[in-house]
Amino acid sequence: MSAGRRRPRVAVVIFPGSNCDRDTLVAVEEVGGEAVPVWHQDVNLAGCGAVILPGGFSYGDYLRAGAMAAHSPVMAAVRRHAEEGGPVLGICNGFQMLLEIGLLPGAMLMNRTLRFICRDVHLRVERDGMPLLGHLRRGQVLRLPIAHKEGNWFAPPEVVREVESAGAVALRYCAPDGRLDDGANPNGALNAIAGLVNAAGNVLGLMPHPERRVRSLVGGEDGAALMRALVEAA
Amino acid sequence: MRWDAPATAELAREHGLSEEEYRRILDSLGRTPNLTELGIFAALWSEHCSYKSSRVHLRKLPTSGPRVVQGPGENAGVVELGEGWVTVFKMESHNHPSFIEPYQGAATGVGGILRDVFTMGARPIMLLDSLRFGALEAPRMTHLVDGVVRGIGDYGNCVGVPTVGGEVDFHPSYNGNVLVNAMCVGVARADGLFFGRASGPGNRVVYLGSKTGRDGIHGATMASDVFDETASEKRPTVQVGDPFTEKLLIECCLELMDKGLVVGIQDMGAAGLTSSAFEMAARAGCGLTLDLSLVPAREKGMSPYELMLSESQERMLLVVSPASVQPVLDVCHRWGLDAVEVGSVTEEPEVNATFDGREAFRLPVAPLVDDAPRYERPWVNPDPAAPVTLPPLHERRWGADLRAMLSSPAFADTHTVWQQYDQSVGAGTVVGPGADAALLLLPGTSIGVAATTDCNALACGLDPRNGAAQAVAEAVRNLACVGAEPVGVTDCLNFGSPENPIVMGQFVTALEGMGEACRAFEVPVVSGNVSFYNETSGNTILPTPTVGMVGVVPEVRHRPRATWQDGDAIYLVGAVEGELGGSRFLQVVLGLEAGPVPAVDYAAESRAAAAVRALVRHGLASAKDLSDGGLAVAAVEMSGGACGAELTMPEGVAPARALFGEWRGGFLLAVARESERAFARTCEGLPVTLLGAARGTRLRVSLGGKVLLDELVGELQRLREKGLGWLSGA
Repeated sequence: MSAGRRRPRVAVVIFPGSNCDRDTLVAVEEVGGEAVPVWHQDVNLAGCGAVILPGGFSYGDYLRAGAMAAHSPVMAAVRRHAEEGGPVLGICNGFQMLLEIGLLPGAMLMNRTLRFICRDVHLRVERDGMPLLGHLRRGQVLRLPIAHKEGNWFAPPEVVREVESAGAVALRYCAPDGRLDDGANPNGALNAIAGLVNAAGNVLGLMPHPERRVRSLVGGEDGAALMRALVEAA
Repeated sequence: MRWDAPATAELAREHGLSEEEYRRILDSLGRTPNLTELGIFAALWSEHCSYKSSRVHLRKLPTSGPRVVQGPGENAGVVELGEGWVTVFKMESHNHPSFIEPYQGAATGVGGILRDVFTMGARPIMLLDSLRFGALEAPRMTHLVDGVVRGIGDYGNCVGVPTVGGEVDFHPSYNGNVLVNAMCVGVARADGLFFGRASGPGNRVVYLGSKTGRDGIHGATMASDVFDETASEKRPTVQVGDPFTEKLLIECCLELMDKGLVVGIQDMGAAGLTSSAFEMAARAGCGLTLDLSLVPAREKGMSPYELMLSESQERMLLVVSPASVQPVLDVCHRWGLDAVEVGSVTEEPEVNATFDGREAFRLPVAPLVDDAPRYERPWVNPDPAAPVTLPPLHERRWGADLRAMLSSPAFADTHTVWQQYDQSVGAGTVVGPGADAALLLLPGTSIGVAATTDCNALACGLDPRNGAAQAVAEAVRNLACVGAEPVGVTDCLNFGSPENPIVMGQFVTALEGMGEACRAFEVPVVSGNVSFYNETSGNTILPTPTVGMVGVVPEVRHRPRATWQDGDAIYLVGAVEGELGGSRFLQVVLGLEAGPVPAVDYAAESRAAAAVRALVRHGLASAKDLSDGGLAVAAVEMSGGACGAELTMPEGVAPARALFGEWRGGFLLAVARESERAFARTCEGLPVTLLGAARGTRLRVSLGGKVLLDELVGELQRLREKGLGWLSGA
């Protein structure tokens, strides 16, 4: 980015119980954005060009992951922003919220092991030329951590068919070499779906945590490409 | 019985107070206390709160040093890290509740230790858990393991503090008393610390957090008693955790402190409102006056007795200036938390409370806190284990022995445990669980904060003094493996009943060993916890003095690895032969829990640890310390189940001692070819032996032309995955 140019402003929405908000704020800054914390009770996005719904346990997720957050005052602004074509990234709990408010299809079930799982997974990029996937190319394999108990993406057969035919799958769990393999699917998600994008291409939801992987000392920089793509789209 | 009924000797006994202690209460008050006052005395004078059996012996630990900002006596210890940063840490047991109700017991253990740390103004950055279970075949044991692991996970995961380390071990002595020791490490600016002091008469007392319910009443007294077969009847004394509220409390309290709105703060842990009120008053030399009618209650009709003794979780007590009350309440309400002004600080050093307009109790502070009973309980010096006569060991099939060891739960791969914990939230985890120690970046800096928990209880059972000293030495070695220099210790001392002179002897001598080692390594003990009465129906646990040690790497430039890569040269630093006394080889393979545990050679250990630290910091070697299972097990771990090695032991050594000997203060190091020169320079003057190189897929160890081991590392790794594989739910 050229010197003196204003950094793109990215809103990171903080719900009670968000716990990846600070990591996300730092990661946005690290890849050249201006990170703006936005409170769940705010009714606008502080003039930001992009918005991130971060991971965590909003409202404790005592009901259904993301279900309470979907009714937060800020969500009307997020929906408006998305409908106007503004970029939206939902990470983990944020992805669950995007499903709850219907910006992306399907729902999350408990992982098939019925356990919380935190480990590195491999992910195959499924789409080319998507702004929110930045310079990533179809077939490319990323390594990122997951950390969730409800990441087992599910939808009725007709929705799954629609998702596949529309090319809405952004990322799939895969083996290190990119092969699809049930053993590489950590949570039982249908068709190994780890990330979805909407038809317009401006709303991306994913279970893995790119914000945790922007520095090589903490395990790699595979998350930086996704974070940078959002900042550049802002 | 009414809360204001007069106490009797009978009621005192039911509250766990001895006859003599009750007499002491009558003398100090000069009157008969009411039931609420008796309950307050019983809680604060319980072993759990008063440390009455341990206090005189805890003095043997070194607690000061140039880096120490706050030693024992506060909610947690504080040590300088550099560049104006401090680390705040503590470990605490939640053994009794976890045995009764594993999920909630473990979860609330995590909640409690988090509060001890953020109460001081520090942001918690990591959690570790030292767990001890009984034999997996014992009744309820798999249920206990599963419940404890899920409880720890669900709590830590929700609050967003990564769980990055700890240990899991098994021994039948824990069949009736599992151990759950949770450690939290936080960081703060040196000028941003807060203390549990109710100072400044006229200041106001604010209650913050969850409403008070009837759960956990008498938790502290339960933790100060032995179990019998009726243990499950004590389930109502276990608290229930709410990690969501805890997360809000963390953010709310840190914001209040950051805004300078807090004078003193403490969480309501064991003995709830009672301990926070009295301890805060005692530290400040002031008093408090409370209106218990204002305490937010979960249900109607709660009495002063219940309000004072409830151990409902996720509650804090704040002291704030009168002008700050409204701003404090505003911040709390923004976080959606209950916050109510419930009293004020007084000059007179007594705590008094009203309820429904009349006095509920009035008690002087000193007799309850500073002048609580202290006991010098009788103890006997344990006989160190005698040398053991071993069967002939020259014609053994070492491969079969190694496979037997790796198949035992003690060496099970624990990834099915720690994959249930969020290890990477915070985006600072450089080295996570499964390694010798955890290493995290202090947020916004390149300073590394490392931590480990260690205790070989088998060794402590054979020789409490040397066993405890060895636990400290192992912690030093583990930190060295991630390049960290130790800066402070927190301990969690788990023992049986102090009223048993044998147990008391274990406790006293273990503390001597721990003190000796901490002095020798110049690592002060700045916080800790004593858990007595870990016995059920007369069966006592192995003495388990767990050491939690924190270290620092001034600037993290390389990511330490715990595995070797194809082509690495493999070196041993330390003695080529270890000792078999108290070793896992004797325990698992020969079925012997026997033999002497040697003293620590501090000079040699310190030199080796310093060299390994330097090697790791400069990225010149991957390191693993030789501890449980000796060199053979360390080699399997360094192989990662992927890359084999060809190792040749020096002529003339005894195979069993070379492969499985312990207590040698050694390290296994893997060095890339291009680093060998720098490696040699760094290790000058140390006992270093080149053993061979990493290559292929087999672990081959030979001695004098004979092959001792020749095993596929992938198969060895699979054996390790069997023991706890069932935990994954897959």
